[in-house]
Amino acid sequence: MAETLLSVSDLKVHFPLGKGLFGGAAGVVKAVDGISFDLKPGETLGIVGESGCGKSTLGRAILRLTKATEGRVVWMGQDMFGLDKTTLRKARRDLQIIFQDPLASLDPRMTIGAIIARPLKTFYPDLGKAEIDKRVKDSMSQVGLAPEMLRRYPHEFSGGQCQRIGIARAIILRPKLIVCDEPVSALDVSIQAQIINLLRKLQAELGLSLLFISHNLSVVRHISHRVMVLYLGKVMEIAERDVFYANPMHPYSKALISAIPLPNPKLERARAHILLQGDLPSPIKPPEGCRFCTRCPMATDHCHVVEPPLTPRADGRLVACHYA
Amino acid sequence: MVCVMPSIPTNADARPKADSAPILSVRDLSVDFKLEHGWVRAVDGVSFEVRRGEVLGIVGESGSGKSQILMAAMGLTAINGKCSGSVQFEGEEILNATPERLDKIRGSSLSMIFQDPMTSLNPYMRVQGQLAEVLTAHQGKSRKEAIEIAIELLERVRIPDARRRIQLYPHEFSGGMRQRVMIAMALLCRPALLFADEPTTALDVTVQAQILQLLGELVRDLNAAVVIVTHDLGVIARLCDRVIVLYGGRIMEQAAIDDLFETPRHPYSQGLMAATPRLDDDVAHDLRTIPGAPRALMGKIGGCPFAPRCDRRIARCTEETPALLPAPGARAAACHLVVPPRIG
Repeated sequence: MAETLLSVSDLKVHFPLGKGLFGGAAGVVKAVDGISFDLKPGETLGIVGESGCGKSTLGRAILRLTKATEGRVVWMGQDMFGLDKTTLRKARRDLQIIFQDPLASLDPRMTIGAIIARPLKTFYPDLGKAEIDKRVKDSMSQVGLAPEMLRRYPHEFSGGQCQRIGIARAIILRPKLIVCDEPVSALDVSIQAQIINLLRKLQAELGLSLLFISHNLSVVRHISHRVMVLYLGKVMEIAERDVFYANPMHPYSKALISAIPLPNPKLERARAHILLQGDLPSPIKPPEGCRFCTRCPMATDHCHVVEPPLTPRADGRLVACHYA
Repeated sequence: MVCVMPSIPTNADARPKADSAPILSVRDLSVDFKLEHGWVRAVDGVSFEVRRGEVLGIVGESGSGKSQILMAAMGLTAINGKCSGSVQFEGEEILNATPERLDKIRGSSLSMIFQDPMTSLNPYMRVQGQLAEVLTAHQGKSRKEAIEIAIELLERVRIPDARRRIQLYPHEFSGGMRQRVMIAMALLCRPALLFADEPTTALDVTVQAQILQLLGELVRDLNAAVVIVTHDLGVIARLCDRVIVLYGGRIMEQAAIDDLFETPRHPYSQGLMAATPRLDDDVAHDLRTIPGAPRALMGKIGGCPFAPRCDRRIARCTEETPALLPAPGARAAACHLVVPPRIG
């Protein structure tokens, strides 16, 4: 198998804002603004950042669910943006997505058996009924759903179970990559743990690659091999999981980790907290120079003028900061 | 641009000592709702007290009844709901108070911060009007006076350029700033008791850190009592002195926070902690999970509400509801398997 499954280079997704008063474009939201990374087979990359950092748009652009403005996405040696309809369809067999809101991503009028079977029927219209039935049931038991529930409707299931249905649908085609867009954010803590464990298990069993998009750094730590931190459409840091959590290097990564309240009162009291001032700037008018300079504790005049490039460090990570 | 805070003085030892008379006393509170198919019980026999200067956390998953406790205590239970038991605020019963009396109490010494600041602020009114109204309606202040006090409070919750921004509409603020406006509004009447329902859940993590810091400081300065409802054990650990763990409308365990986090006694508290991913645990192994899913709104059931999901369940658990038994160290647990050592 090739060393690189997915290669994203200088990907940009810009959304024009509605027309201004006299017909001119009112502005551009640079949701994703020049992101590059590679993903190996069987690898999970955690993509973290706060609202508006472009993490979901990035996932959607890779799958061509949102049109990219610039850049390249190479999937198993093929240029995704150059594919015609037929080849794109074929490629999509290997690319699946699961969403944040588990109930909203399931058709309320279809039985869950029909929902899970749908990708099979779409891609393999000649499959016999018995074979489809068998594969649906296999898929259901892999995600911990009793196959007898086949004929029930989505509203009969809890949030955690609906997420399992979404996962069963995503794995039925035996994909190579699943984009997981905040898959556990809407779930209760006890259910969140079940789904994280399930994704870990499936990843190991099926050799899946995952792009795991989340705002929760503790969750990402439990599932990712590598972590990529985004801020206003740009990569701030990419590092191996253990390297990253042991010593986050970018000032934004440090602040993010420091901001998480730890479920340990004694540690919480003893620990120093980095408090960033202000809110995220609007992605319509990101700051000049380094995107993070308006909230960065280390920023100098230089940072307000010159944007730091993403440069490799001794331990193999990439960091975009003049001073880290 | 940034301040690195040393240890945060949010927990009990750093605060003035709580005086002895409870400001809020909840006794055997139950809340039932009439739905199409009959009555369901959201809160089932909950009792607790809060004193001035104390931050009580209520933690639970969806359907645990945590928000309904606050709604009942504010006299805001929905029209199809029925409360029983007693909620006394400064010695006065809330559950049978007249709407006029409730209005008076809510405007003078009892306030609430909601999860979603956008839906709790009036989108058609400038922030100025909404803040001033609290003081003109409840304290008979003139509008001019009221606006000056409101500006002071906005500065206190660190809204930059408050004098100008008070004239903006809610949508012109960011999420974090809106939550600050909500907090300012809740503090305008200098409440003796503040309820906060998931106050940081809708916020980004760096903004959440700011708001938690702010809440901690304000509580200390005002010496108010605070009840904060959340599903996030991290928020509890950061802000609270004491915590109640709620499941299926009943209290499973209550304890001082250090005790709960160090030695959770109830199987549900233990499960909840083990299921929470942390920044310092072993990632080589799977997270411990609690099987099944929380049951949303249940009818009255016999036995322990957690029994169907409990891996230590015995026959008695489904037959007999365990009472919340006190243990030394002012803690209590409701579990047949947690036998408290004899007191005294």
